[in-house]
Amino acid sequence: MSSTLSKIEKRTAYTLLLPAVCLVFAIILFPIFANVWISFKEVGLKDIRIPEPRAKKIVKNIQDSNSELKIIYKLRNSSLIQDIREVRFSDKLPKNIEPVNLDKRCEFKSQKVKCFFGDWEAGYRENFEIFVKDVNNNAINSKYVKSNKPDLNGKSNNILLTTDFTLKNFKNVFINNNFFELLMTTFYFTFFGTLGAILLGIFAAQLVNQKFYGRTFMRSILLFPYVGPVVALAYTWTLLLDPNSGTINSLLVNYGVIEKPINLLGQKYLIINILGFELKLRLALTTVIFFEIWRYFPLAFLFILARLQAIPRDLYEAADVDGAGPFRKFFYITLPQITSILSILFMIRFIWNFNKFEDIFLLTGGASGTLTLPISVYQQGFAISNIGMGSAVSIVIVLLLITFMIIYFKLIGKKANEI
Amino acid sequence: MKFKSLIITLLASSIFLTIIICIWKILATLQGLSFSNLNFNLNLLLSLGLVITCVLIGKKFNHYLKIFILSLSFTILYTFLNENSPMWFSVGIFLLILFFTNKLKKYDLKYLNQDFISEKIVFEFLSLFAIVFFALVILFPFYIMFVTSFKTQTALLINPIDLSIDFSKNIFEIFKSYFVIFKTYDFGRYILTSSYVSVGTVLITLFFSIPAAYAVARLNFFGKTFLSTSILIIYMFPAIVLVIPLYTVFSQLGLRNSVEGLLIVYTATTLPVAIYMLQGYFKSIPKEIEEAGLIDGQNWFGIIIKIIIPLSLPAIASVSLYVFMIAWNEFLFSLMFLDNPKTFTLSRAINHLTGDAETPRQYLMAGSVVVTLPILLIFIYFEKYLVSGLTAGGVKG
Repeated sequence: MSSTLSKIEKRTAYTLLLPAVCLVFAIILFPIFANVWISFKEVGLKDIRIPEPRAKKIVKNIQDSNSELKIIYKLRNSSLIQDIREVRFSDKLPKNIEPVNLDKRCEFKSQKVKCFFGDWEAGYRENFEIFVKDVNNNAINSKYVKSNKPDLNGKSNNILLTTDFTLKNFKNVFINNNFFELLMTTFYFTFFGTLGAILLGIFAAQLVNQKFYGRTFMRSILLFPYVGPVVALAYTWTLLLDPNSGTINSLLVNYGVIEKPINLLGQKYLIINILGFELKLRLALTTVIFFEIWRYFPLAFLFILARLQAIPRDLYEAADVDGAGPFRKFFYITLPQITSILSILFMIRFIWNFNKFEDIFLLTGGASGTLTLPISVYQQGFAISNIGMGSAVSIVIVLLLITFMIIYFKLIGKKANEI
Repeated sequence: MKFKSLIITLLASSIFLTIIICIWKILATLQGLSFSNLNFNLNLLLSLGLVITCVLIGKKFNHYLKIFILSLSFTILYTFLNENSPMWFSVGIFLLILFFTNKLKKYDLKYLNQDFISEKIVFEFLSLFAIVFFALVILFPFYIMFVTSFKTQTALLINPIDLSIDFSKNIFEIFKSYFVIFKTYDFGRYILTSSYVSVGTVLITLFFSIPAAYAVARLNFFGKTFLSTSILIIYMFPAIVLVIPLYTVFSQLGLRNSVEGLLIVYTATTLPVAIYMLQGYFKSIPKEIEEAGLIDGQNWFGIIIKIIIPLSLPAIASVSLYVFMIAWNEFLFSLMFLDNPKTFTLSRAINHLTGDAETPRQYLMAGSVVVTLPILLIFIYFEKYLVSGLTAGGVKG
């Protein structure tokens, strides 16, 4: 009895899970594996369109005779790169209309012109003409002839499904494209973005954890940057920071803080002189990091606040008795209590910031020294139109991600489940 | 007498007041007042004087009378020593000082004589400053976005820091950007598409995730632990590594430029977190209720529909709002998959607007307001649910 029940249970479980698992497999797991396949191929953006034989039908009247017509089919291979094999063509003619002197490749059967054109190489073009006439020598309505669309088909290799592989993409990624700088920029962005967001999150959480008038309102607005759509926020910041008539630059110039507007998002380096040392600051990258911190500190805030509210009150009361001030209370009670959540947050946010695409893309598009790995995927795949290269960069990201996850689960995986 | 704590109090409070006044001044500049000097040192001295008088008077006087007189005299002194300014600016200064002196209520010489008081006072003013700082840093861009959408191109070019709204114009002139984006740029259609995609994603995600979450939470089957760990791992994989294969496959299947394609992708990317959130909640429902249902002759389907769903409405609301937010704000896939203006979502449409460098910025900001406002309103109204959704799914983002 119990074994049948558990069988039913199993079957139900699989039925309930199947749709979700299939969908996730198709849209998330399959592409990750497909990346591996594509990354070993030389594929451009234009190759992924499957080549098709195409025909444009033009009907022309012939002088001195309205019972005859010339039909021109402008035939072409839609692809400039790939061949099409065994192209077949068929077009239907209206009743009582027959072709005259039909091309050798074609035959006329049951009102249909059927042709076999053989193989078309890449970029093949031909003007294929047939003359038709009415059997009873009546006038032909050319619109009537034109109304039917020709049907073409042929066989072609889908470049994605062939088995020629190359290591060229990976060679390009690691050797030709200044991979080290790309990696350093990504890590710089990720590390400081994560650290800044967490520090600001601690401040905000500590603040909201006190009692003051308007506290709930404060808690709501602290989440605004994260809840708002990234497109709107990124463009607002772009306008704020714009060197020509952006609000912040205009204000700074107005109050005489700076003489000339600074292009915060478009200048790669800012050279600062401190005690005779020249410091080169990655200006655009720093600005992007600040945006990142601004947008994602609410998440850190939310987690840290939840943890702060769980700290037992009597710890603070005991500290009050001992006469400890607020700063001491923070360093000796609060901080030790939140270290575990901070480490988890740091790891998780690190992984997510590592993959951030939208923010940098919308602010700078990867220009002026803000090119990170995810932006590079887009640039290679869609700006330079080299799908294979884009996939190769994706693979690098996935491999690094797996490394981070292993570290994450080794270090704090168990702790994470307790929270 | 503890001079250290007295001096620290004076410095901390007067620096705080000066900064607040500076911020007020900068905000006033954005309303068209032509200030060009913050007068930081002068105002610091003034504030110092104010704090000293306030502390010296202490509790010898009626509090409300004291703060009123002090604020009034300070405001007059301030207006006299600084540039000419309109009435509303001075009223603002007056209110700020009223608020500030009210904060100083308990500070008299006796209070400052306690142990460890200086640290407490610094902390208090730091907190006050932090409130102002966070509110400013967060709301400023939203404020600029909103205000810019009511300006005209010429006004912005003539004086980029004057963001005041000219109420003397008629209502059509003020809201012109909004009329333009709805008429010329067809934003009505994009709002519909965005709503359709977001609501559709929520419904499909719920349809798939509720049964799956129930199975993970309640039923025993082979591979259960593996499945629940892989949900979290899958969730960690970012959209950017999926984009190229999905783009190629969708191109070949003709699913690009279709809202349906977008729906499939959004659903799949939000499914793992939806399952993860729901199964946690389902586990907290007492098993006995379901067993009673089983005895009444319900099958699994009946149990999910009649027991689980009604009992877990709060969790379902959280998941729905979170998924809605993700779908509404999503940008990467809509950028990749949609190039036909007929299928644009709001985010994609705004991105398309910026593609043309000639697009005036007030239209761009009006578009941004249109995409931001609904999600912020939803957030404010359903804050409780959305916050719990954010906390559960917040590892992502």
